Amino acid sequence: MTNSIITGIVATFNRDNIDTDQIIPTEYLKSIKKFGFGDFLFDGWRYLDEGRLDMTADDRSKNHDFILNKEPFTNAKILLTRDNFGCGSSREHAVWALRDFGFKAVIASSFGDIFYNNCFKNSVLPIKLTKEEINHLFEISSLSPVSFEIDLLKKDLKFDGNYSYSFDVKDSLLDRIINNLDDVDITLEHKNHIEAFEQKRRHQRPWLFDYSN
Amino acid sequence: MPVTLYDKLWDEHLVQTDDTNESLIYIDRHYLHEVTSPQAFEGLRHKQLKPWRLDANVATPDHNVPTDRGNTFDAASIKDEVAKIQVVELDKNCNNFGIHQFDITSNKQGIVHVMGPELGYTLPGMTIVCGDSHTSTHGAFGCLAMGIGTSEVEHVLATQCLKITKLKNMQVNFNGHPQRGVTSKDIVLHLIKLIGTAGGAGHAIEFSGSYISSASMESRMTICNMAIEAGAKVGLAGVDATTLDYVKKHSNLSDSMFSKANEYWQTLKSDPDANFDQTIDINVSNIRPQVTWGTSPEMTIDFDADIPSQGDIDEVNHENLLLAKAYMGLDESKTLQDLSFDRIFIGSCTNSRMEDLRDAASVVKGKKISKDITEAIVVPGSGMVKAQAEEEGLDKIFVDAGFLWRDPGCSMCLGMNPDQLKPYERCASTSNRNFEGRQGNLGRTHLMSPLMAALTAVNGKITDPS
Ligand code: SF4
Repeated sequence: MTNSIITGIVATFNRDNIDTDQIIPTEYLKSIKKFGFGDFLFDGWRYLDEGRLDMTADDRSKNHDFILNKEPFTNAKILLTRDNFGCGSSREHAVWALRDFGFKAVIASSFGDIFYNNCFKNSVLPIKLTKEEINHLFEISSLSPVSFEIDLLKKDLKFDGNYSYSFDVKDSLLDRIINNLDDVDITLEHKNHIEAFEQKRRHQRPWLFDYSN
Repeated sequence: MPVTLYDKLWDEHLVQTDDTNESLIYIDRHYLHEVTSPQAFEGLRHKQLKPWRLDANVATPDHNVPTDRGNTFDAASIKDEVAKIQVVELDKNCNNFGIHQFDITSNKQGIVHVMGPELGYTLPGMTIVCGDSHTSTHGAFGCLAMGIGTSEVEHVLATQCLKITKLKNMQVNFNGHPQRGVTSKDIVLHLIKLIGTAGGAGHAIEFSGSYISSASMESRMTICNMAIEAGAKVGLAGVDATTLDYVKKHSNLSDSMFSKANEYWQTLKSDPDANFDQTIDINVSNIRPQVTWGTSPEMTIDFDADIPSQGDIDEVNHENLLLAKAYMGLDESKTLQDLSFDRIFIGSCTNSRMEDLRDAASVVKGKKISKDITEAIVVPGSGMVKAQAEEEGLDKIFVDAGFLWRDPGCSMCLGMNPDQLKPYERCASTSNRNFEGRQGNLGRTHLMSPLMAALTAVNGKITDPS
């Protein structure tokens, strides 16, 4: 049950439609690894120079106005933004970059569908709140750096000490974050089902299996 | 009870529903490319698993391959070391696991969403996935097709299934006849302008209406391709005679197998009274040529309209507007027609098929590109498109006008290969995303139809295509 509470500094991004090309630019998609993307998160906004896969944050010229280059946000754990976060490309690298930077949760009024799915495979929790709730959280966070506390079991988000918003998320998805489950393992428990289904399909729709090249 | 096409496809492929509403859906076709697959193959190795069903998979390198390859070219000749590793890795993974690949030396290689249908790997009624959001393209064939992340690529390889929740149904009826100079690209950009880039989120969008019925498969693919830009993971269209003609021409099925399948394929359309969660009716006769001005595909206007200013929109969106205008360098400009362009890109899985190249060539024929244009490239979507275009002499029309005629790949759609914009260069592009830096760091992208892009090449500016 170690993964059931998320707490930490909140970084705010006051704009809609932040796409996965902004979260991690194309250049870094050339990696064949699944880790090591943290230094390239929001690359175009975070640095003044152009980067390459073999560079680290220390090699780069930083944009000191960008929130993630300012204390205490270099250590942010929660990202607060507005509408349609993670739209665009399906690149899972976007979630890997958020995860590798240290983000545990993203709060938005809506998400790109593929990005939303990708989050749960990598222990990053996407939280959907209403636009009014998001406005309120922006107000709170605009004055000075704040921390939120997210309880995955209670499905609520605490801020300002006493206040909280509850959020909705499917239990099975949450379960993967809390218990660090792997989808492939879960699905292969139903191996027999899949085999039986495939057998039936082979019979009913033979043209799908007849194809040779 | 009458059901939608999406619901029919869903039920047909449902292996299992669990009590939390997530379902296992069987996958008929899985396309792979070099960028989103390496980590998935690594995952298989790590778990000591083999692909569940080899013949469901087809691979090709497309995202980062150079497009000035010439004839004597293989993976080892890629100059960018990092890109080379990915292409070589795809070769290695396909060889090791036994997956069929059209590799970089194949004359059939191409952008996976262009190549798949024309080689007959996309058949009506299939579930189709790929680690690429524009997989929605294949929905044009009455398929349930969608983009997935790399973890899901691994999951599909290992289990032949996807674990997902059901989407809601949205119907977009396009009725009427488009005006001269208006193409499927304008029609889908218009839709995105109307409903926004989150408009279709959580939905499968079925495109229907008299315009769709009369549209070619290529136009339907362009529209389904950009469903993702309207926020919908899935875009699709019902099967009709046009679909079946295409499939007959492109698939390798024997006659008897084809007629067996045909009977089932005829049923792949929404029932007349099927219930949609949302329906949008659009008369395409009123749509004018569309061009994007900003950094999101919803930032679209009629080609001769005023670029929005702060007064035109509600307060919440000011921040978005100001950021986009600053990035695009539009502070001084009133309309898009005031802008001078530097580069032209005709290509991408949205607009690199024969219909698109014919459209563009019709404008360019006998003309020269404007001297203000630094570089104009045409990148056919696949080896088959390239060969067909050359047979029709389109390559010559483009080259005579001053275009570069390239080899197939994603190219400047995302600038993973050397085809990139330089900072502040302004590009007329037939691709699908105008995001910041998408075509190169600080590059400025305006999305439009192939017709409009070709015209912009000739005039150096946006002009009236009618
Ligand atoms: S052409 Fe562009 S949008 Fe299409 S698959 Fe390639 S990169 Fe993606």
